[in-house]
Amino acid sequence: MSNNPTILPKDAAAAEGKVNVQINGKWYRFPKGTRIADACNSVGVHVPCFCYHPKLSVAGSCRMCLVEQGMPPRLAPGATPTYGEDGYQPIQWMPRAVIACANTVAENMGIRTDSKLTSEARRGVLEFLLTNHPLDCPICDQAGECKLQEYTTDYGSGTHRFTESKTKKGKNLSIGPRVNLDQERCVLCRRCVRFMKEIVGEEVLGVVGRGTHNAIACYPGTSLDSNYSMNVVDICPVGAMTSKDFRFKMRVWFLKSTPTIDVNCGTGTNINIWTREQQVYRITPRQNDEVNSCWMPDSHRLNYKYINAPERILTPMVKTDHGAPQRPSTWDATLNMVVEQLHSCAPTETAIICSARMTNEELYMVRALARQLGVTKIDIVPRKGENDGLLVSDDRNPNTNGAKLILGKNGSGLPAIRRGIKNNSIRFLIALGEDVTEEAGLEAEDLEALDYILAMSHSENATTKVADVVLPSVTFAEKYGTMINVAGRIQRLNKAIEPQGESRPDWDILRQLTEMLGCDCPRVIACPSPMIILEEMAQEFEPLKGLTWGSIGNGGIVIMDTGVTIPLIEREKGKK
Amino acid sequence: MSYTPVKRPKFSVLDKIYIVELVKGLAITLKHLVLALVGKSRSKKDFNGKGVGACMPFPEQRWDSQLPEYYRGAPTLVRGEDGRERCVSCQLCEFICPARAIKITPGAVSPEAACQKQEKAPAEFEIDMLRCIYCGMCQEVCPEQAIFLSKEYLITVTDRKQAVRNKATLYKLGGTRKGLVNKWNQYK
Repeated sequence: MSNNPTILPKDAAAAEGKVNVQINGKWYRFPKGTRIADACNSVGVHVPCFCYHPKLSVAGSCRMCLVEQGMPPRLAPGATPTYGEDGYQPIQWMPRAVIACANTVAENMGIRTDSKLTSEARRGVLEFLLTNHPLDCPICDQAGECKLQEYTTDYGSGTHRFTESKTKKGKNLSIGPRVNLDQERCVLCRRCVRFMKEIVGEEVLGVVGRGTHNAIACYPGTSLDSNYSMNVVDICPVGAMTSKDFRFKMRVWFLKSTPTIDVNCGTGTNINIWTREQQVYRITPRQNDEVNSCWMPDSHRLNYKYINAPERILTPMVKTDHGAPQRPSTWDATLNMVVEQLHSCAPTETAIICSARMTNEELYMVRALARQLGVTKIDIVPRKGENDGLLVSDDRNPNTNGAKLILGKNGSGLPAIRRGIKNNSIRFLIALGEDVTEEAGLEAEDLEALDYILAMSHSENATTKVADVVLPSVTFAEKYGTMINVAGRIQRLNKAIEPQGESRPDWDILRQLTEMLGCDCPRVIACPSPMIILEEMAQEFEPLKGLTWGSIGNGGIVIMDTGVTIPLIEREKGKK
Repeated sequence: MSYTPVKRPKFSVLDKIYIVELVKGLAITLKHLVLALVGKSRSKKDFNGKGVGACMPFPEQRWDSQLPEYYRGAPTLVRGEDGRERCVSCQLCEFICPARAIKITPGAVSPEAACQKQEKAPAEFEIDMLRCIYCGMCQEVCPEQAIFLSKEYLITVTDRKQAVRNKATLYKLGGTRKGLVNKWNQYK
């Protein structure tokens, strides 16, 4: 709004490519073409929606977002518009409400979300939706995060006038390996149908039946078995689509959500981990329009069971003699023993295999340890897979770029270490966060031939079983840290639960070990947290310059140009 | 946040020095003393007391017949008349419990159960009687009329673990409740 009376607000807004809209009596400016629902939500005026999802096409079928709308009066031929003292034309309110998701804002438009007409429209829509709703909230997994529940308490009438018996439809139907469907709970918003068609590109879901017998179903001969099927559970506003994995596990109001990132591939999908009392119950995607939009693959979502699994190593394990069985030990005794053993290992005959599943901070500590020991044979284990053309990257390591940045390119890569172990020129192995019998390409016999194996791992595996010393580290849910994804974006890992048992964060184990080995560099040994390590790294590495834990934020920052893009994000940007 | 202001009564000088109320209270005590001395104390028969009859010889004699209908004892789980285990493990009682005495492990209803429409039932239901404060919130919050406070007040254990009652124990103590909860029948 301009104080200059000669410029009308409409002209001032038009100069910016915007329009003036009055929402609940207050004037705002929005870019042309903004949907009414988005405009209202962006200024904190909540518009309830079932079918509208910002990432999907507009269906306009649920009618929940009805708002009262008005425009300036249409002028008689030859008449000139009149402007009030504030420079706006008077608003003539329409007698019928319009849906906020399918209509865009216009100059001098008025919107009321707090009027009698709007609240009556909402109450009416909810009453119709609830005529056939089973009201089985006590057994519904969506209860607590159900839009129908929320809107009914916010805008519903609280009583039920419908006395006829409810329409019976299918309940607890298995429509895919990971998703259950309850047709009675469905409000027919068709978000799931649109998601499968528009985002995944597999048309398996559709609406069958007529009138009150309308229901979501799979087309004959198909099932909802896409690797992205569980996203329909997230976008379902009610409890119609439920996850088989999370079914009856825990009510959502007990769960604490921690924003963090996924570590199953190089995309670094933004996620929320839902925990209660040191137990992880589920993982859901977190919106980040530059990384994963609102979605995540099922394979990554369900790969959390190892966090609370019995295979976790909870105490340090040591072999007192070569060939003797492992027995649990204490941290102090174990670390003292490790220091003694490492001192007797010849640096030229020692190799470190570390992991690109480690955070930047941990890799920094690995490098410090290697320098302290004088070991030059150090590498990560690459993991290659297939890019699925959506979110799963062909790089199955979450932090390959970080490892490249921190460890740098050195002469002896993994093949050289492998050769060295096979021809006995390497006799001592330090395996950090990796099972070297898997992707690293070593055999169990190769490990038998080694003189000494120090393993750091969160769970039991073939390497820890034969290791002389096992240091229990933690999973991605139990530590802080940063990782750099395939597109060069640095993102934060947040701690959702405390380390299980006596396990310790990897960076802390490595820091203490390096200190005990005699390192006196304060930039390594004086680091009390991953946040401080990040600040140390920011001084050393050019791409990290000026970064702090706080400045990375929950969305991450692009710090290097890798030339790699995430296909789903590119497609989404292309649509706009 | 809506609230209603409470109207406080106005006290006179006589109220403020409260001597009158003190004397009234003492008079009640004295009345009971006299009644006991002449052997006419209230509930003498029920107490079946010895001597002057004002005291109940507790463990042998119980107060149970005097407990009001609304007495709040140990919480229990109940079945309906149809034998259905009413609890659907919605975990509202666990949520509302101010002492965090309740721990529920939700699960699917057993495949043999008659009412498959219920879908969900507790796999385990534990109440720690050392934590329970007998407030009755669990009974009040239950949307399925599945948890009720019994009149049981004598809970003695020799071990902390004994104080944790599991699902089987709770159903045994709760027994069958009159009436049907029709929510999960096939017509609803």
